[in-house]
Amino acid sequence: MSQPLIKFEKVWKTYGEGEARVNALAGVSFSIPRGEFVAIMGPSGSGKSTAMNIIGCLDTPTRGRYDFLGIDAGDLDRGRRAILRNRHIGFIFQGYNLLPRTTAAENVELPLVYRGIGAADRRRLALEALDQVGLANRADHTPAELSGGQQQRVAIARAIVTNPTLLVADEPTGNLDTQRSHEVMELLTSFNHERGLTIAMVTHEADIAEYADRTIRFLDGHIVSDGISAEAA
Amino acid sequence: MLWETIRLAMLSIRRNVMRSILTLLGIVIGVAAVIAMITIGSGTTEKVKSDIAKLGSNLLIVNAGRPPVPGSRPDRVIRELGDKEVEALRTHLEGARAVAGAAQKQVRVVYGNESLTVGVTGADPDFLVARDWQIASGRPFTDQEARGGAGVCLIGETVRQQFFGAGDPGDATIRVNKMSCKVIGLLEPKGTTGFGQDQDNVVIMPITAFQRRIAGNRDVDSIYISAEENVSTSDLQDSVEGILRDVRRVPADKDNDFNIRDMTQVAETMASATTVMTGMLGAVAGVSLLVGGIGIMNIMLVSVTERTREIGIRLAIGAHERHILVQFLVEATVLSLFGGLLGIALGLGLAYAASWVLSVPFVPSAAVVLLAVGFSALIGMIFGFFPALRGARLDPIDALRHE
Repeated sequence: MSQPLIKFEKVWKTYGEGEARVNALAGVSFSIPRGEFVAIMGPSGSGKSTAMNIIGCLDTPTRGRYDFLGIDAGDLDRGRRAILRNRHIGFIFQGYNLLPRTTAAENVELPLVYRGIGAADRRRLALEALDQVGLANRADHTPAELSGGQQQRVAIARAIVTNPTLLVADEPTGNLDTQRSHEVMELLTSFNHERGLTIAMVTHEADIAEYADRTIRFLDGHIVSDGISAEAA
Repeated sequence: MLWETIRLAMLSIRRNVMRSILTLLGIVIGVAAVIAMITIGSGTTEKVKSDIAKLGSNLLIVNAGRPPVPGSRPDRVIRELGDKEVEALRTHLEGARAVAGAAQKQVRVVYGNESLTVGVTGADPDFLVARDWQIASGRPFTDQEARGGAGVCLIGETVRQQFFGAGDPGDATIRVNKMSCKVIGLLEPKGTTGFGQDQDNVVIMPITAFQRRIAGNRDVDSIYISAEENVSTSDLQDSVEGILRDVRRVPADKDNDFNIRDMTQVAETMASATTVMTGMLGAVAGVSLLVGGIGIMNIMLVSVTERTREIGIRLAIGAHERHILVQFLVEATVLSLFGGLLGIALGLGLAYAASWVLSVPFVPSAAVVLLAVGFSALIGMIFGFFPALRGARLDPIDALRHE
């Protein structure tokens, strides 16, 4: 087995100074191999969001080492991390985070714009991605004209259009009802199975976490449990 | 990529039409003010130049009295110029195309039931040559008429209109003061001077007739001397000065009791004065451009704050700091450039209207227009830079959390 995609080695993340000092992560170590679907759980303030930000190369550890693709990502500057995100990481968020007044296709094209891909290719790739999430017929609708579930599927299309190595999902079903939640999860699972897409997902819903192969639980900056999910087991 | 960014900037400007227009207004007014001021200013300079050129090219004008010195009182007693001086210049001066004495007076001129107060000039026949004044119809007076003080005259366009309407003066006789005067010719119109003086409200007659019948003395008010081609007016001025000191017996230790004006110099002085004025007005107008720039900065800061979340999304999905910086810079520049273009149109329009009202020529300058375009784009870049940098430096995590 080659090296893991993600590797935390005694990662600390500290906010504030002196009395107000808070350890969001207190020496956390774990790794995620390629192709795994991992759920990250824990109450608010447990450090799970901080861990997700570091996994997604949005943030860097205060101490310790974070390797992504075998690269010490904690040591990279903003620009290099931006490139890393653009090349290898797709993001989906609880609030969808689509650009308003911008069509679904244009939203999906956005990461390709920053990759410097020409307009015609962008359009083609965006339509393919929208087709994969079942929204080919909504390409020219703006987010305001789409339901929550549809918006989240556009966000998924935007995340996978670059064919990333890792998908970072921050409470992807937090704003959705049960049925839409399960539709979105089916979609993510299919990308995980069919493409070997590695997924790191924060959630606080146990039934959503069950879609993952493995669940890591955080509490007060520590990992309190790390194991095979109920369903996968 | 750049085209994409420009398209994006247009979109975001269109999304906030009202706000964009209000922001633009600062730049529009600034650019319009600069363009209008400079265009009107150059028109005025042109006008002054052409007015002075109308007096005649390479012209020296001699008047009695010491040269006016700023801050000192003019002479109380002035030794007038006379035929003696004109004669001496005519005989001894070299390099002059024409030497002509002239005397003026405002006189009531009557024809039939119409009357008009006219600047009547008594002049030597060479006066028209010296002043480059053409005769539209008829003839100038002859040397014989000049010597004999014949009652003949040339009339200006304004006088013709007053007395003869659209008609031809023919051989009509007008009354100047108490003197009858046969109209032998019509002068080419010269229009109004920059100071609002109608140069066509004029009657010209032989100076001998003027002195005898109208002025009642032998004085010559001014002597007009035009230089030949290739003769420098300053050299000519030196010769004139020598001859006049001689003929007027001015002691070597005394100043001139006459003054010589070189119209070429006067033209240059006045033109440079109006150019300086133009520059100053332009600079004052430029200040409003600066104010417009601050408006751009303000609105770009608002825009960055409003779109913090959008910036977060873009950064998260892999936009480089540079991409965000360029996006907002382009937006500020496009906004400012729009304002610049509108300002140019408005400024040229204003200048065109003003040139009508002030009756100065409309002299739009491509250089100034290009400069205004460049400058307004530059203002957008400079004042857009700080807000853009602020956007680019945002932390993607904070930006994504921003509501």
